[in-house]
Amino acid sequence: MLKDMFNRPVKWSVMKQLILKEIDDLIIDSLGIVCFISFFVGGVVAIQTALNLTNPLIPRYLIGFATRQSVILEFAPTFISIIMAGKMGSFITSSIGTMRVTEQIDALEVMGVNSLNYLVFPKIVALFLYPFIIGIAMFLGIFGGYLAAVYGGFASQAEFIDGIQINFIPFHITYAFIKTLSFAFILATIPSFHGYYMKGGALEVGKASTVSFVWTSVVIILLNYILTQILLS
Amino acid sequence: MDISCNYSPKLYSHPNFVKLMIEVKNIEKRFGDQKVLKGISTTFEAGKTSLVIGQSGSGKTVFIKSLLGIHEIDKGTIAFNDRIYGKMNKDEKRELRSEIGMVFQGSALFDSLTVEENIGFPLKMFTNKTPKEIKERVDFVIERVNLVEAHHKKPSEISGGMQKRVAIARAIVNNPKYLFCDEPNSGLDPKTATVIDNLIQEITREYNITTVINTHDMNSVMEIGEKIVFLKKGLIAWEGTKEEIFRTDNKAVVDFVYSSNLFKKVREAVLNGH
Repeated sequence: MLKDMFNRPVKWSVMKQLILKEIDDLIIDSLGIVCFISFFVGGVVAIQTALNLTNPLIPRYLIGFATRQSVILEFAPTFISIIMAGKMGSFITSSIGTMRVTEQIDALEVMGVNSLNYLVFPKIVALFLYPFIIGIAMFLGIFGGYLAAVYGGFASQAEFIDGIQINFIPFHITYAFIKTLSFAFILATIPSFHGYYMKGGALEVGKASTVSFVWTSVVIILLNYILTQILLS
Repeated sequence: MDISCNYSPKLYSHPNFVKLMIEVKNIEKRFGDQKVLKGISTTFEAGKTSLVIGQSGSGKTVFIKSLLGIHEIDKGTIAFNDRIYGKMNKDEKRELRSEIGMVFQGSALFDSLTVEENIGFPLKMFTNKTPKEIKERVDFVIERVNLVEAHHKKPSEISGGMQKRVAIARAIVNNPKYLFCDEPNSGLDPKTATVIDNLIQEITREYNITTVINTHDMNSVMEIGEKIVFLKKGLIAWEGTKEEIFRTDNKAVVDFVYSSNLFKKVREAVLNGH
């Protein structure tokens, strides 16, 4: 599929519009749900950490530290990607699958348009902006944790800010964005594959979306493990 | 604003002076163990509406998709004028595809585009026309298929008959030499179906296109069947015109075409000279 995608590329003037449309559909339209989830999950991570720090000898700045580590290392890149496998992934599979069922892909092929290039390539390019979403998720996750910790009375403002600065390893950000870019590629290709090569009718479009979500999640989880082993150990 | 086609001199040098456009020779297509096309040979001429008819499962759709190159044939040749499809390289196939218009059974319009954008799509993809030139051409074709009121609507906002007309407009916008229609009347009421049939026939004659229609609508057969190819179990069981189909005694054709009482009575009336 990936090799065929680069044969007979669509005119740049058309491709530019397709990429902008995909950025709107996949990136901009995902911002709302990502912001909402990140903010509240960050808050919950801070509260859970605070509630588990029962020993008075453990410093309260650990709430900020734990929130930062959880959000940057796992929550934002991996957890958000699993959610996006459901949101973006099923959108991609169902939209391409519907085009297959309604013969729109055949229409493109009959006209001489490389349908893989027309449908899949703009999605891959658009998802190069996926790290932008994850950056926002990181910020809002930590901000949610800050508000929950400070205004929930679990830590002072100074303690939380100390916590998010302590033992900061810049490579963790690099690690998170390497994972993010890898997941972005998975998010564009696996759902596209399941949509493009599906057979059957409307019912099969729904099934293909579900199967695509399962496989995208499985591959993200496995890749997360492999990349963590390679980059952090 | 001419959308007529220029034919090569070779076209007219055919020994029988037939404007031969598509020649199919002994094509076969198999899916797994099942042989769907079992050696079909026929020709489709320019300026005529040719109909491929037959029961469901007779191989009509596979046949038309084989002509379009969507299915690769296992045996035989398909020639568009003197160009044999199987011997063409990628660029030649691409060029040929730009000469083909296709009307799909479900119209296959792009949901995210308006009527105007759908029709202008082939021009935008394959020509270097300016947006102004594309608009002029699209406006001309929209007027030709009587769709002026639907310019800025999405396919989901127009009726089935209008969607078919948009599909026809999209198929002819880039001056095709060949027009393929897969069940263009399916799901339409008889009056709209007749409008679509007549529109296809008018366009075929007006612009001298080679049109092949896949149908099992007997009204279309009686209305526009200048050449009729009857498929049965992957083979051509009968070929002729709409006039000849009334007089044929081919059992398979009679059983299929005159299965309804109405058509039986029409046939009897024709045979009795009424």
